[in-house]
Amino acid sequence: MTPPNSRVDAELQSHVGVRAGVEQTFTLAWRSLLQIRHNPWELGDFSIQPILFLLLFLYVFGGAIAGSPVEYLHFMLPGVIVMNMIFVTVYVGHGLNTDLTQGVFDRLRSLPIARWAPLTGRIVADIVKQAWCILLLLTVGLLLGFRIGTSLVGLLIMVCLVLTMALAVSWIMVLVGVMARDPEHVQLFGFTTLFPVTFVSNVFVPAETMPDWLRPVVAANPVSHLSQAARGLMVSGPVLEPALWSLLWSLAITAVFAPLSVWALSRRLEGRSRTGPG
Amino acid sequence: MSHAIVTEGLVKRFGTTKAVDGVDLQVPTGRILGLLGPNGAGKTTMVRILATLLRPDAGRAWVGGFDVESQAHQVRQLIALTGQYASVDGKLTGRENLILVGRLLGLSRIASRRRAEELLETFALGDAAGRAAQTYSGGMKRRLDLAASLVAHPRILFLDEPTTGLDPRARKDLWQLIRQRAHGGTTVLLTTQYMEEADHLAEEIVVMDSGRIIASGTPDQLKARVATRSLLVRAVKASDVARIQRVLGEVSEDTPEVRKLEVTVGCPDSSMLRSLMRRLDEAKIEVDELILRTATLDDVFLALTGRPLESTRTEEPPTEATIQ
Ligand SMILES: Nc1ncnc2c1ncn2[C@@H]1O[C@H](COP(=O)(O)OP(=O)(O)OP(=O)(O)O)[C@@H](O)[C@H]1O
Ligand SMILES: [Mg+2]
Repeated sequence: MTPPNSRVDAELQSHVGVRAGVEQTFTLAWRSLLQIRHNPWELGDFSIQPILFLLLFLYVFGGAIAGSPVEYLHFMLPGVIVMNMIFVTVYVGHGLNTDLTQGVFDRLRSLPIARWAPLTGRIVADIVKQAWCILLLLTVGLLLGFRIGTSLVGLLIMVCLVLTMALAVSWIMVLVGVMARDPEHVQLFGFTTLFPVTFVSNVFVPAETMPDWLRPVVAANPVSHLSQAARGLMVSGPVLEPALWSLLWSLAITAVFAPLSVWALSRRLEGRSRTGPG
Repeated sequence: MSHAIVTEGLVKRFGTTKAVDGVDLQVPTGRILGLLGPNGAGKTTMVRILATLLRPDAGRAWVGGFDVESQAHQVRQLIALTGQYASVDGKLTGRENLILVGRLLGLSRIASRRRAEELLETFALGDAAGRAAQTYSGGMKRRLDLAASLVAHPRILFLDEPTTGLDPRARKDLWQLIRQRAHGGTTVLLTTQYMEEADHLAEEIVVMDSGRIIASGTPDQLKARVATRSLLVRAVKASDVARIQRVLGEVSEDTPEVRKLEVTVGCPDSSMLRSLMRRLDEAKIEVDELILRTATLDDVFLALTGRPLESTRTEEPPTEATIQ
């Protein structure tokens, strides 16, 4: 069938170029980061909260678990970096859900931009936030007496490993963000599920100190693998095995949740699951 | 004549609901079309299909000559949408919201900033430009939303209930802004639940109900099918009702309707008010209230379908001239 009327303009583009898509991704990432500026609370979430975690656990548990806070710092700083990374992923779901419920997502979809830019924009912004948190925790750790026992390369690999897992877990949070009715539910669901996952791990105490029945769970937990790898890469200890395990986990989580999230998103946008206003 | 928007047998289902049920629509380029209908008529669904946000289940639609499904990207370069719910990023300032859209559309940093300032000026948002949009009032959010739609000088503009929830003043302001845009040659498709709004803004009105088009024409053509205004007189005593009915019948040459103490009659021109007052005075009939009512969507709807609107929402601020 031919269009029943003449075209308004023949020189319109038929698709978005990759370069334009990348630019749009960075514009949208800039926008996600800009949001923080007008929301001091969010700045607190990304800055004060991680430091608070570090200080609290360090001085409350430090003496009991490892004898001295500085000794304990070398055990828990890598774990706290991992734990904080997991919590920060909740903001991916929270932000996406806000966009969906506030209609910002619709505005974006009605613009001639790459279909994937809204998601990649979020991911880039998320990586920046995650990197900032890692840097912050490292800096505070160094001020408190933490000393890197390996090398700069080890540190960089640790950062990459943590960011890979961050991307993977973000897909879970994208799914939560798509399914939840409002941003508050994302936060509620996110934190209540992530708390046990992060604490039933070796982030704060070695698995050997836990009851027998809990140990297998702790040992299998990807948070434990990643924490152990981070410890190995920053202080000392085994690296290869836990690092491979955490990479495997990252891949598995991404393989399951990325397609699931994209599917759920298109379903929601097509209105088959009705969650937003209107 | 070329058409900016054409649809053929458009259908969209949600589960068992047929939100849009075989709609054929043609909007000539440069025209303002009002899509009028009650809650759930399918207005938003129509707009979302045309704005490439939803895929139709059957039928086809062209916007600016491009197919909304297979040429969505071209369509998006021509249109802008102001949705039923303000879609601004509450965590960004008004200015940043506009710059964001400009940047996404490929404007340079400087150009997008300049365009943002222009629009902030036009939409009287200059003072609030540096505040987070979540602190804006409903009217300001709406204006910002509309401004965001105009960053790219769209040729075809979709406005979904642009003034719902606004106070009468904010509504009038927004009407003026929309009319100014339309004078620039932009094709506008706006949805509304208010006859008055369609009357003010639209050159052509399409009335929708349960996913179907039930009438269309110019505002005058549609109004010719209903009495646009009616006069309501409420008696003080039940015994006066019959006399009021007789007087009203004489001054209006129409058959008045009676409901309890109220007598209503069509009032095509207000000059009959004076003679009515005089007659009532002469006959020494006391009245409780005298109301001149603009035809509401309910009246149009009743006239078109023979059944009342089952809609529960009657937020329309009545434009009444009450004489006590
Ligand atoms: N995402 C959805 N999921 C399920 N049903 C939907 C969805 N969107 C719309 N509907 C249904 O489709 C019908 C038309 O809805 P639509 O929003 O298009 O109406 P409308 O004319 O815009 O109404 P309103 O004046 O309330 O905005 C309604 O019955 C509505 O319940
Ligand atoms: Mg609607």
